[in-house]
Amino acid sequence: MNPGIDLQQRFVETLMGYGLSPGAAKAVWLPLPLLLMLIGATVGVLVAVWLERKISAAAQQRIGPEFIGPLGILAPVADGIKLVFKEDIVPANSDPWLFLLGPVIVVIPVFLSYLIVPFGQNLMITDLGIGIFLWIALSSIVPIGLLMSGYASNNKYALIGGLRAAAQSISYEIPLALAVLAVVMMSNSLSTVDIVNQQSGYGILGWNLWRQPAGLLLFWISALAECERMPFDLPEAEEEIVAGYQTEYAGMKFALFYLGSYVNLVLSALLVSVLYLGGWDFPIPLDLLAGLLHISPDNSVLQIVTGGLGIVMTLLKAYFFVFIAILLRWTVPRVRIDQLLDLGWKFLLPIGLVNLLMTAGLKLALPFAFGG
Amino acid sequence: MNLAEGIRFVCTILLSVMMIGAALGVVLFENIVYSAFTLAGVFMSIAGLYILLNADFVSAAQVLVYVGAVNVLILFAIMLVNKREDFKPVPRRWVRKGSAALVCAGVFALLATMVVKTSWPTDLSLVPPVSAVELIGEHFFSDYLLPFEIASILLLMALVGAIVIARRESIVGEETALVGETPPPVLELPERPREPVA
Repeated sequence: MNPGIDLQQRFVETLMGYGLSPGAAKAVWLPLPLLLMLIGATVGVLVAVWLERKISAAAQQRIGPEFIGPLGILAPVADGIKLVFKEDIVPANSDPWLFLLGPVIVVIPVFLSYLIVPFGQNLMITDLGIGIFLWIALSSIVPIGLLMSGYASNNKYALIGGLRAAAQSISYEIPLALAVLAVVMMSNSLSTVDIVNQQSGYGILGWNLWRQPAGLLLFWISALAECERMPFDLPEAEEEIVAGYQTEYAGMKFALFYLGSYVNLVLSALLVSVLYLGGWDFPIPLDLLAGLLHISPDNSVLQIVTGGLGIVMTLLKAYFFVFIAILLRWTVPRVRIDQLLDLGWKFLLPIGLVNLLMTAGLKLALPFAFGG
Repeated sequence: MNLAEGIRFVCTILLSVMMIGAALGVVLFENIVYSAFTLAGVFMSIAGLYILLNADFVSAAQVLVYVGAVNVLILFAIMLVNKREDFKPVPRRWVRKGSAALVCAGVFALLATMVVKTSWPTDLSLVPPVSAVELIGEHFFSDYLLPFEIASILLLMALVGAIVIARRESIVGEETALVGETPPPVLELPERPREPVA
């Protein structure tokens, strides 16, 4: 397996060349990937918001943002600046501390989950052993923040929204975890890097998409429900409960919810691409191409091209799923709460269990294809 | 003390302070919702301590189970019931509070002496396992098989019990209101009388 580029080692070696001790060089390196990932996640959100506005416009035969930058590409930035300068209103009789803490608790776990998103063999913050399990654990914290903001707003719609969010995220966490478990079972590891490596080698034919079609559907439906995207956006259903737990929020606190929901969407899309579409893997195996062109795998240009292609491929796959999510939002009606819970408990959960069982059986029967 | 040890030391202190503070909050807050939220803080700090002990899987499981499921369900129950009730001040409440504090202090003293007196086997040469998940799995299916299975039966029993309680067989279409007479609004789910289990 081609190790690819190791940026950390290069960086630390360069700094040590300037006469820094190895410890100090490493300490300088430590915050850099985190900062890069924060900026990357925020830019990813801006792109997703722009896509949302453009695609919704297309779905409704409008033009959408047009004059703010070329093709209206700066519209989300203008949105963000507007929210920064808005007055921060805390309703009377609300609970000011919980009101403040709610959005913070919603946003932090989502950003933390970017720890485990790989863009290449070494292009991630850290390759944790528990990998994908960390994401499942962190995403289970979010409903506490939603309940907190719903309670603190001192508003019945906010409380109903918070309760709906908690019920929804608890019910859909189980099919989500079952879908992930089937993938983990095939790759014998929770680490996202191992999951991608297990799929690579045969190009597009090796991706989990072909081995786990039911798992992919299951995962994507559950992820949409966890993100509270349109067919499942009951916690903030405008026509019923104003805006759910966000009703009383304004300014930056509202912006945190907004940011959190889009970061979560992009994160889910990234994880779909990692779990089912081979992550940074190119549809045609790059080793094969390099072999055909007689380029040695140690060629530095090839390594840079591979790394860059990896990032581009991951983002392309992820934004394909973001596109599907946005299209769904503007074309599909909302489900009712009983339909939502029925779908989660009576349909997705049994399918998830059957999928897991079949994966286990196939793994025993055909170890060469299902990761023995 | 290098960077890693320094961070570990500071984190231990911080997490311990957070945990004790949050635990005191759980007990001392008058508002039960605050208690539930601070309970989440306790669980999170425990998860942080697990990370410091190189038990990352246990830590994530702690967050998933206790914060994500148990605590959310506690909050859910509190908010669904949401009974704003002002309790009558109990006379001589300080006696109860004082005795509770005394008992707590006693238990704390007992546990503290136990911690200090016991010679804990500290083997610093022990290397943390690379893949804790596999090790835990092996233990579950070999020497800890019985506790593991008993725990799952316990959960199954709780599940069945919850379903029995939750399944109300409500009566539909048995309104006995006479014409011109509005029946008093019934604010309960009608329930079919159940035969006592023999």
